[in-house]
Amino acid sequence: MASFFNKGFGRKRESVSSERIPPGQYETRDFPVLTAGPTPRIPLTTWSFALEGLIETPIQWSWEQFNALPQQSFTNDIHCVTKWSKLDTHWEGVSIDTLLEHVNLKPEASHVMAYSYGDYTTNIPLDDLRHGKAFVGLRFEGQPLAPEHGGPARLVIPHLYFWKSAKWIKGLRFMEGDKPGFWERGGYSMYGDPWKEQRYRSDD
Amino acid sequence: MEKIQWQIARVKAIVQETPHVKTFTLHLPQWIPHLPGQHYDLRLTAEDGYQAERSYSIASPPEKTGEIDLTVELIEDGEVSSYLHEGIEPGDPLEVRGPIGGYFVWKDNMANEPLLLIAGGSGVVPLMAMLRHRAKIGAANPTTLLFSVRTADDAIYRDELEQLAKQDSQFELILTFTRKAPPGWTGYQRRVDQAMLTDVLKRFASHPNGFVCGPTLLVEQVANTLSDLGLPSTKIRTERFGPTGT
Ligand SMILES: Cc1cc2nc3c(=O)[nH]c(=O)nc-3n(C[C@H](O)[C@H](O)[C@H](O)COP(=O)(O)OP(=O)(O)OC[C@H]3O[C@@H](n4cnc5c(N)ncnc54)[C@H](O)[C@@H]3O)c2cc1C
Repeated sequence: MASFFNKGFGRKRESVSSERIPPGQYETRDFPVLTAGPTPRIPLTTWSFALEGLIETPIQWSWEQFNALPQQSFTNDIHCVTKWSKLDTHWEGVSIDTLLEHVNLKPEASHVMAYSYGDYTTNIPLDDLRHGKAFVGLRFEGQPLAPEHGGPARLVIPHLYFWKSAKWIKGLRFMEGDKPGFWERGGYSMYGDPWKEQRYRSDD
Repeated sequence: MEKIQWQIARVKAIVQETPHVKTFTLHLPQWIPHLPGQHYDLRLTAEDGYQAERSYSIASPPEKTGEIDLTVELIEDGEVSSYLHEGIEPGDPLEVRGPIGGYFVWKDNMANEPLLLIAGGSGVVPLMAMLRHRAKIGAANPTTLLFSVRTADDAIYRDELEQLAKQDSQFELILTFTRKAPPGWTGYQRRVDQAMLTDVLKRFASHPNGFVCGPTLLVEQVANTLSDLGLPSTKIRTERFGPTGT
């Protein structure tokens, strides 16, 4: 029994898979949108994706080149810091491991700043992007990714709160040490583990 | 940084704003001054330990010390909002933590710049905190609130907003009714669209700071249209309420 409880309050909907819902989250079936401002529109003719920073030779792909890279399907649960979780989302895209095969990282690279069209940034430890843990999503539920959900391409890191999954991704910058990105400068967690409920910087 | 702690607030008063909206005044043992636009997280706990957490914007200005007002719309079948509406009475305890949020906030250094507020439904709540604070500090920046509501019954804070508009020549209130306008209404009676936003932007001599809040679809359309109309995207701050997905 909880030490504090609200009289008469109880769960309204039985969750079929409560062990997959992190603390403080609830399951939703639709796909809410959360962005700090308007949705940028990015013509595919000028779209590019780059790896830069602490690597031997920076590299950049055009939309065509990027789509020609080996793609995979991914099924993941995603967790937004505004409290919703969405189970079994289906994506297609390019694993970050695949991208990293094209470059030699300098040994001091430990963190990544993901940056986007529209100047959004977010920071992630390098290890959280490797070993199948993250990908650049191009298709969602069988359709090209819609602009309001980050299309044409978004970073997807399912094991961290979803703001780390930068929409409208433009590139990854490899850094020595950690630096706060957009929401992180505004007081959100540097890491964002939903299972530890690291929502705000003070939860780190 | 110190953890933003959960604290047990007491419900001091409850006001029925509209048939579906109530304002809860909470007395906080550890009140921290907030910025208009910030929110609190509210957590309900069932006797068996089950918890549900939601965010609610602060409606009151930071000048109202020791307490906060949360204005909550009753969502049909909503787990938290329906409990707050039906299960909470003055004197009851409620667990909250905050203030939270550093981007969708109106800062005092914006007090000399024009301000454009656009709300749909309960999206007016954080904008109300901005307007209340603006009135308290006596700011004279040109300010417009474009407020989209379904019917006259749904216009939260309408009396207070009309009062503010009467007292302050620099503040203009524009209502639009999307379902049913009151009898004799000569103003807008449709969803916020490009023509309306063009009209509204014309009133400003320079780019205003834009704050857009409400259901996802409205926020999405308004923010994108403002950007099409030439308002720099760095001037458009948005907050989307709740799981109205696209
Ligand atoms: C930063 C921020 C500030 C906010 N400020 C305010 C505010 O000032 N005032 C305000 O009123 N709201 C505000 N909100 C919204 C608020 O946090 C809640 O989302 C809202 O009160 C609904 O919560 P609920 O528990 O009542 O509804 P929920 O139980 O979450 O349900 C919402 C809707 O989704 C449907 N639904 C949810 N889960 C399921 C499911 N598993 N299966 C089927 N249907 C489902 C429900 O039927 C219902 O229609 C804010 C949100 C954010 C992110």
